[in-house]
Amino acid sequence: MMRGPRLYIAGLVAAMVIGMIIAACAGAAPTPVGSEEVAAPAPQQETKSTLDIVRERDKLICVGNANLPGFGFLDEQGNFSGFDVDFCRAVAAAIFGDPDKVEIRPTTAKERFTVLQSGEGDVLFRNTTWTMSRDTDLGLNFGPTTFYDGQGIMVRKDSGIQTLEDLNGASICVQTGTTTELNLADQMAARGIPYEPVVFETADEVTTAYEEGRCDAWTTDKSGLVSRQTVLKNPADHVILDVTLSKEPLGPAVRHGDDQWFDLVNWVVYATFLAEEHGITSENVDTFMDSKDPNIRKLLGLEGEFCAKVGLENDCFYNVIKMVGNYEEIYNRNLGPDTIFNLPRGLNSLYTDGGLLYAPPIR
Amino acid sequence: MASYVQTSQAETLAPPTERYTLLGWVYKHLLSPWYNLVLTLVGGLLLYAIFKPALTWAFTGARWAVIPANLNLLMRGQYPAEEAWRLWAVIFLLALAGGYNWGVWSKTVGPALITAFAIPWLLMLVPWFSWGTRLNLLIVEAVGLVGYALGRITPKQRSQWAVYAFLAYLLAMLLLLRGLQEGHPTLPMVPTRLWGGLLLSLLLAFFGIVFSFPLGVLLALGRTAERMPAIQTISVLYIEFIRGVPLISLLFMSQVMLQLFLPEDFPQIDHMLRALAAITLFSAAYTAENVRGGLQSIPKGQYEAAASVGLNGYQTMRLIILPQALRAVIPVLVGQFIGLFKDTSLVALVGLFDLLGIARVILANPDWLGTQREVYVFIAFLYWIFSYLMSYSSRRVEEALGVGKF
Repeated sequence: MMRGPRLYIAGLVAAMVIGMIIAACAGAAPTPVGSEEVAAPAPQQETKSTLDIVRERDKLICVGNANLPGFGFLDEQGNFSGFDVDFCRAVAAAIFGDPDKVEIRPTTAKERFTVLQSGEGDVLFRNTTWTMSRDTDLGLNFGPTTFYDGQGIMVRKDSGIQTLEDLNGASICVQTGTTTELNLADQMAARGIPYEPVVFETADEVTTAYEEGRCDAWTTDKSGLVSRQTVLKNPADHVILDVTLSKEPLGPAVRHGDDQWFDLVNWVVYATFLAEEHGITSENVDTFMDSKDPNIRKLLGLEGEFCAKVGLENDCFYNVIKMVGNYEEIYNRNLGPDTIFNLPRGLNSLYTDGGLLYAPPIR
Repeated sequence: MASYVQTSQAETLAPPTERYTLLGWVYKHLLSPWYNLVLTLVGGLLLYAIFKPALTWAFTGARWAVIPANLNLLMRGQYPAEEAWRLWAVIFLLALAGGYNWGVWSKTVGPALITAFAIPWLLMLVPWFSWGTRLNLLIVEAVGLVGYALGRITPKQRSQWAVYAFLAYLLAMLLLLRGLQEGHPTLPMVPTRLWGGLLLSLLLAFFGIVFSFPLGVLLALGRTAERMPAIQTISVLYIEFIRGVPLISLLFMSQVMLQLFLPEDFPQIDHMLRALAAITLFSAAYTAENVRGGLQSIPKGQYEAAASVGLNGYQTMRLIILPQALRAVIPVLVGQFIGLFKDTSLVALVGLFDLLGIARVILANPDWLGTQREVYVFIAFLYWIFSYLMSYSSRRVEEALGVGKF
């Protein structure tokens, strides 16, 4: 057999090539063609704070959403836009004085926490409900709630349904595998109301089924109900029940282990609340520069060195207000009366207006 | 005297024809005998029932405005508009390299490349493209013809130039797409996270195919190398492991978990590259199995014949076995590559904005809520164009190579 040893050598060469390709796939990775060389953000690093990493990288990486109307999406020019995105921009404005130094890392609901934990993102703004298990088990710290949501139910006006009890025996469309489905089951079981759940995979399917009359009602977060109502054929024919089935406080989250970074994110959010409280907007902020009110002077960095306490320049909150706006501006820009959502402020009003937005004082 | 041999040519008669009129065809195929009539009626009613609502929707109900408004996103994602000329340059170069290959290999892969040149014509029919886009598509055709002419005048013994042209194209494409560095005056860097839409889908499919094919062939050779148990075992383990897990789990591993395993100060690996690696490794295992099928179809006599004329193992493989084995599995391979092209849509689930991912993003724009049918129909059409042309051109190549004819 003459070809024996030769074939052996050929095979050996083949194996080496395979090995090299596999090694190349693993080893060539750090210097890939078309990669962006990003400084390594590492989880739980003792030596380098998150702020240092962000500064070194010269941009903030914000774990976000690209698929939620009003909260995070791409506009037609390819720029990220939305309520959550504006808060990411606010954090970037505070750190760099430039709201555009932010990269949104779009994630799915499943991978968002892993991406934050692995250090690929610095902060999470992704319509994430603050729950106890997420706060503890996942090693996250939740910042101040930026949006108080709650699960609601939409019915047809002519059905005459007004309370949960009226839904006795009704069929209710709901998205499968969500907390929404569980909340509905819990609430109905607690009240002993029999109903027929009709489950679908996506929100689009749920609304289509509801519109085609396959169910008497459908349920999701109230902000979602409002946004979907606007695109039903006759929005006026439908009504959202007053009852709220669950609490859904949505807010930012950061990793455990860097308290300065946690404080920074918290106080950027609080600054937007405080600015609204004092009536400071992105347009009139400069007129407040000669204000005598010590609260305003501290917020705008004219008195004391409060931004330095979270490691930033003294004008950090001024930049947030000037470049992104106060809470009301952010809200109205994305969800307010001028948008198709026209979402009432409700719980998301300042405490002075009967809402839940209450920022601690800057002192 | 009468001759037995006819001196004048007999009158040539036209071949007997079956006279086919349209009505005759309809009668023969659709209306007779009676059961065909019944089938025609039932089929017609079904078609009517399906197409009437679909067409009514397409022409009256649909909000097609969502497509032109987001066309740039669908085509190139967040790739900056001022750098869009680089994408056109990439396409022009592709047409040049493709046309050149067509000219050089006009007997074999030529037919496949002819169909590739149908793509710009088809795309010109898309009603939302601007005239500038159509002009560019026309230039693509012209550049392709130039490449073809260059290919035809290339001497036959220089046919390897076509391969060099292709390799040069790969480099030029990467350079143009990615650019040099941040802030470079002519070619600023465009990070891959901005690549999206059809651009990203095609790139993932293209490089997935280009990288997974050689890897797959090597794995197939490794698996059939009975004299080398270690290599055989490694190949078997690799193939069976990859074929035992779904692609989406590989993608999740590469996109989400990978960073957790790497050392702390390890640079972040590019997301597109991670997805591409997962797709390539996945596809290579399937290619290997397909090629192995081809290798097994080669009779032992071929090896013996090769040995008897004094070819060594490498020469036997390269000159005798692989050409036959690969030719036999062209249909399977093309089927797999079409599958790979469609599988790239899975990267939408790990946060990349390929064609499907960008469609889902557009649907989240408050201005375009409720237009999921329009957007999905449009991207389905794009997927269909490319998949169908891939399968059509593979059939042409098979015919040119005489696959299935012995």
